[in-house]
Amino acid sequence: MPFRRVAVVGAGMTRFMRRALETPKELAFYATRMALDSCELTLKDIDGVILGSAPDAFDGVHRKGEYLIDGAGAFRKPVMRGYVGGGTGVWAVIQGWYHVASGLFDTVLVVCEEKMSSCYPHPQGAFNAIFDHTLERPLGTNLLWIFALEMHRYMATYGITERDIALVSVKNKRNGLDHPCSHVAGNITVDDVLQSEVMAWPVKRLDVSPTSDGAVALVMACEEKARRITHKPVWVEGIGWCLDTSYWTNRDLAYPVYVEKAARMAYKMAGIVDPRKQIDIVEPYDPFDYKELHHLEGLGFARRGEAPDLIASGVANRDGDLPVTPSGGLLGVGNPIAAAGLMKVAEIFWQLRGEAGKRQVPGKPRRGLAQAWGDLMQVGTVVVLGI
Amino acid sequence: MPLRWTVNEFRGTPLRESDIPEGRVLSVRWDPNARYAWDAGIAIGRFLQGLKEGRILGVHCPSCRRTVVPPRIVCENCFRPLTQWVPLQDTGTVQTVSVCYVNWDASRRREPEFPAVIALDGASPGCGILHILGEVTPQTVRVGLRVRALWKPPQERTGAITDICYFRPL
Repeated sequence: MPFRRVAVVGAGMTRFMRRALETPKELAFYATRMALDSCELTLKDIDGVILGSAPDAFDGVHRKGEYLIDGAGAFRKPVMRGYVGGGTGVWAVIQGWYHVASGLFDTVLVVCEEKMSSCYPHPQGAFNAIFDHTLERPLGTNLLWIFALEMHRYMATYGITERDIALVSVKNKRNGLDHPCSHVAGNITVDDVLQSEVMAWPVKRLDVSPTSDGAVALVMACEEKARRITHKPVWVEGIGWCLDTSYWTNRDLAYPVYVEKAARMAYKMAGIVDPRKQIDIVEPYDPFDYKELHHLEGLGFARRGEAPDLIASGVANRDGDLPVTPSGGLLGVGNPIAAAGLMKVAEIFWQLRGEAGKRQVPGKPRRGLAQAWGDLMQVGTVVVLGI
Repeated sequence: MPLRWTVNEFRGTPLRESDIPEGRVLSVRWDPNARYAWDAGIAIGRFLQGLKEGRILGVHCPSCRRTVVPPRIVCENCFRPLTQWVPLQDTGTVQTVSVCYVNWDASRRREPEFPAVIALDGASPGCGILHILGEVTPQTVRVGLRVRALWKPPQERTGAITDICYFRPL
């Protein structure tokens, strides 16, 4: 391969909260400093910084990346901020990877921060601007529509029930109980989900992740540096990303082709031919419970329409054969958009190093996958990590 | 001494929903004075003119032989210009539909609305637009429902997607 090996060597995060007292800079500082401390580096050791943050409209600061840099340890350094909606958190790691893989940088910080609570009366007002301004917004859109429409199409195409899907929410909120940063964990039942308030059928209150404030940071390094920084580097084995057409009403929403394409790119690079056998843990993007199923299919862990079997059979439990979202995910920990995607990568990092505490999956996992998703149901970003 | 904490000490100070309105936390408010007027562009401009005349227009790609709606000036598959305009029927099939009780600001609706993706007759299979359904109930909406556009009277049309009031069962 014409590029250098790259490892994740440190990670840090804040609590995820519905409304944090801290400013975005303060949140970014907490996470960044923790990531540096976790691998005993200082800012002097860092060559460049990748920032991930979703729409400026959440913060009401129209240069959010530049605004964040002091908290992210990025001033007077080469900084890049990339943005692909909800897919940003994993995309930031991909950018960190090619900064280092290219040979131009030896060490980078990857910092994702989101403070959604500043947007009044609800961040939905900012989210709504993802719809086409001429043909869609005049219909009185809201963000839940796209999830409800996609979920219903998925259910109708494969004969999947709301009960099948609710099991994901139950599992992830239960897993989240063991995450010290969670603000939405709980022991709930399938009936709790089914009886929760109908927001945009088939989407109900407990099918949905919250809006959250929080930050996550990683330190990435080239092989030579990584081996000096830690005796437990976690290697980036594969990366992939893909965007589908923004004419979303022309696509069949039952299956995320773009996630499959992103996964195939990452698998080719990692030498994976059978993800179900060769990957030990998965952190698919779960802003809604059906999305985890959707993504497991796109990522090749189940055939189309068959991901619910992984959940119902217990295979996807933390002690199952293929733990899925052992962190608790967006449903169980919280969903500060870009930070939530990066939290999934941090989880794989901690799991592979055996540092996930009460969330640790048994059996010494050696390889894990994190995936994020976003924009108008069109972005897939995938990272495969291994030890 | 540098700031140090172990990996298990995660920081952050959660607020209660009432802390800001009740003044326990100092805050500043801002209403952005940013308004927008979007020109419709070339393809959608013609599409909207069609709606004003009571017609739904698509475009045909002679290369991949798709007829798509909403219209566009370039086929994203073939990356060739699209110039063949095709009138579509104002009937179609519901690809997916929701029963929505929430407004954009998360406030609740007493009566639900029914956003749907409707594949239009005359366009390639599965090629649809976003619109809302009317004269339906939560019990009667379903994937596969056949529907027809209910148009505003000609004198009330403005050349907007809302020139179609809604789609209703055939």
